[in-house]
Amino acid sequence: MPDALRQFADTYLMWQEGPMIWISDVLILLTSIGIVATLTYFKKWKWLWREWLTTVDHKKIGIMYLIAALLMMFRGGADGLLMRTQLAAPGMHFLDAEHYDQIFTTHGTIMILFMAMPFIFALFNIVVPLQIGARDVAFPYLNAISFWLFFFGALLLNISFVFGGSPDAGWTSYPPLSELGFDNGPGENFYLLALQISGIGSIATGINFLVTILRMRAPGMTLMKMPLFTWSVLSACIMIIFAFPALTVALALLMLDRIVGTHFFTILQGGNPMMFINLFWIWGHPEVYIVVVPAFGVFSEVVATFARKRIFGYTSMVAALLSISVISYFVWAHHFFTMGAGADVNTFFAVATMAVGIPTGVKVFNWLFTMYRGRIRMTLPMLWTIAFVPCFVIGGATGVMLAVAPADYQYHNSYFLIAHFHQVLIGGVVFGMLAGMYYWWPKMFGFKLDERLGRWAFWFFNIGFYVCFMPQYALGFMGMQRRMYTYPADMGWGTLNFVSTIGAYLMGIGFIFIVAQVLYSIKYGERDLTGDPWDGRTLEWSLPSPVPHYNFAVIPTVTSRDYWWTLKEEGRTDEIKPKPEDIQPIHMPKNSGRPFLMGVLFFVAGLGFVFNWHVLAVLGLLGVVVTMLRRSFEYDDEYYIQPEEIQHVESALGRL
Amino acid sequence: MKRTQLRKPNRVLALAALTALLVSGCGPEYLVLHPVGPVGREELNLIVLSTVLILIVVIPVLALLVYIVWRYRDKPENDAPYTPQWSESKLLEAVWWGIPIVIVAILGFYTGKSTFKLVEPPPSDAKPLTIQVTSLDWKWLFQYPGQNVATVNYVEIPVGVPIQFELTADAPMNSFWVPQLGGQEYTMPGMAMRLWLEADQPGTYYGHGANFTGKGFAHMDFQVKAVSQQEFDQWVQQVKANSPALTLAGYQQLKQPSVVGTASYSSFPPGLFNDTVWANGGRYMPEMMDDMTGMQGHTADAGKSDQTSGMSSMPGMEMDGKQTADHSGH
Repeated sequence: MPDALRQFADTYLMWQEGPMIWISDVLILLTSIGIVATLTYFKKWKWLWREWLTTVDHKKIGIMYLIAALLMMFRGGADGLLMRTQLAAPGMHFLDAEHYDQIFTTHGTIMILFMAMPFIFALFNIVVPLQIGARDVAFPYLNAISFWLFFFGALLLNISFVFGGSPDAGWTSYPPLSELGFDNGPGENFYLLALQISGIGSIATGINFLVTILRMRAPGMTLMKMPLFTWSVLSACIMIIFAFPALTVALALLMLDRIVGTHFFTILQGGNPMMFINLFWIWGHPEVYIVVVPAFGVFSEVVATFARKRIFGYTSMVAALLSISVISYFVWAHHFFTMGAGADVNTFFAVATMAVGIPTGVKVFNWLFTMYRGRIRMTLPMLWTIAFVPCFVIGGATGVMLAVAPADYQYHNSYFLIAHFHQVLIGGVVFGMLAGMYYWWPKMFGFKLDERLGRWAFWFFNIGFYVCFMPQYALGFMGMQRRMYTYPADMGWGTLNFVSTIGAYLMGIGFIFIVAQVLYSIKYGERDLTGDPWDGRTLEWSLPSPVPHYNFAVIPTVTSRDYWWTLKEEGRTDEIKPKPEDIQPIHMPKNSGRPFLMGVLFFVAGLGFVFNWHVLAVLGLLGVVVTMLRRSFEYDDEYYIQPEEIQHVESALGRL
Repeated sequence: MKRTQLRKPNRVLALAALTALLVSGCGPEYLVLHPVGPVGREELNLIVLSTVLILIVVIPVLALLVYIVWRYRDKPENDAPYTPQWSESKLLEAVWWGIPIVIVAILGFYTGKSTFKLVEPPPSDAKPLTIQVTSLDWKWLFQYPGQNVATVNYVEIPVGVPIQFELTADAPMNSFWVPQLGGQEYTMPGMAMRLWLEADQPGTYYGHGANFTGKGFAHMDFQVKAVSQQEFDQWVQQVKANSPALTLAGYQQLKQPSVVGTASYSSFPPGLFNDTVWANGGRYMPEMMDDMTGMQGHTADAGKSDQTSGMSSMPGMEMDGKQTADHSGH
């Protein structure tokens, strides 16, 4: 029996890998015990189940996405710091090649799919229904399923670190390196299954919000009266719906190659790895616009609010969002100019890529001219927005440089590229999501995040960013390639790498300040009693903070863009408050534990596929089918909130 | 036509001046900024041109940002105009839709021009030399079909001669990159790709794999030694005289995943490169192989199978349309 135990420990727990794994095991164990003990001590299990795990309320699902995104930012950031530590000096032995390879793979995968995606979905969920005057999304039950698929997908990828081994073929996972011939371990399977499961959730979210925006706007809110954040979500959803299926197909075929022994991407039997690379980037390039476009939406809201001015060139902004979502489909091959495409193909994709810069540039000018002749308040959301402009403009500019196909032969896979995409993804997505988080935080929780700690976080993170990534452009020109776990001393790369590592740690300190800020503000943050702490412009600020679970007691009729601002300007804010005679019973969906259960079953099936435990895989999938069937025959899944209850809640909030 | 001829010297001058400016601030460790061949120089010119063009947008934006944020800050004593309703200006919007379009048009034009130019051999009176490159786990094998010698992890080339690197991989795909000579191209199993490079100064240049291939990837560096034609010929003779032959068994040994130093071989099994491409899947796309040097017996077109005369029958493009389709899986 001890023998069997040892074998299990070596194979699945990787007990031989050394102290890093042991420490992780112990930390995970302690954290789990801590969570269980806390929940038990405070008798919160029932509360957790009733209020959160079974919820179909878009606001709570949004908050869960937000918490997951911040946790994943911590995990991905820790990966980043480990890498930067290893690269701080030439010839370091802090990590060995295998660990470094696993860490850069999980860093990339987590940051894009399990940090950026849930962060934008958090804001989709929290903001969109409130901005368009809806009581929930179009398919609340599906929304819960999306979240739990994301959650268990993320969990599957994360446990790979301590159970079976992490993927190590890069977040792009190109065959043949990711095929069985070169990569037997379960790590690559974890990657495939985790992305597949959360990807299904993402497609559902895309459909859900597209329908929500198109069908559930308040009366009077025509498309061209929609807030720009909602427009940006619409644009992102269109991209999700068309892009994610390509990823689903690519992952499924690679999984078949690995599990069943097909040869879609192994050239030896007539397959072709280029098919994977094309499919991956047909998803992968729109994907970066999927995550950055909602950030553009956040900036549009924040700039107008804190410059106290209408957004400049609204029509152009909408046109730019939509043209970005279209052009983003015609640029994917710029990820492999150097893979042997002809000059004609390369020229087409080069020019198309540069063309994306046009609408993006227009947006930047429109934000600038929204501030022009405004009155700019330097709040936290605005600080991050202003910091975004130079960061994203430089990142976009180096993107145009990368688009020049022949020059890309020199940049490709070098640190120049690394610096570029971190600059647009951090400067665009992370800055945008943080701005959005600070902006809508009071709406979610009813209090503001502490300004002073937030400024510390802002400066550490921003200065750290430039210190970390500017040297990497130079390293690219010095010929340093990405994904090297170490480098020789005689290339002259040591100094800049060291500087870059310092920057990474400064960003880490910035993140710690954000955590401190959240914890501090829970107790001492300024309470928001008005529901409109920033003097906002759009419908969500007409509601109390936090918003009652039915959102709007009476759905407003919208007559202009920035409707709430118009009402305030004209002194008509009372019009939007509910009158007792208008309050009707509100039709709401019931909570359900099944989306959570479905996530668990997908997780079980995923684990089965990862380790080729076929019985487990089949049981998991059968379970999924059963939950779907049970859902199909469910009739009693809705209820009405009675007017008395609504009146009670609204008068308690002082709105009646 | 006439206009471009007139403008060209100006552009070249301006670019040269800017390049000098850029390079003077950076030491020789900035490999990409210190090209030693026509391909690397052409790419550097584009890097400089694109930098200049983007600065036309970046600098005004940054200046505007600083000015606007300072001028319109929300302070009680601020007397700057405040126009909360002003949100449209057809003229302004036309300007910032227009300027980027013009910039993209200019940059796109030069990009296309260079893209087509660089798939052809650098103009030269010298007869090009073919070197077949195979990336292995985790080392580089160079074969000289014309000279019938081979090397590992270093490659000797004559100065002033266009070099046609034919690339494949007998391992996960990598990318062949010598920053000072010019940009990279992927090495892919089952495919043969082509990259033209040329050195016009003698020296030893750093090369490295640029695409991750697993555990030993960080150690996949190699040296490119550019020497005079005479020294090159001597070196070939020396290798022929003093080095062991690479046998098929030796190649199988070399192929095993490992990190090794440099090596030289006085000969290699005939057709090894093409057999490697063929065995790794090239047989599923025979059209691609028509085009490469020395495809003995593998293709129906025997006329192109001669090892050295293959050059003249080569189309100027890197890959023609049909082969592109094969490569990209469209």
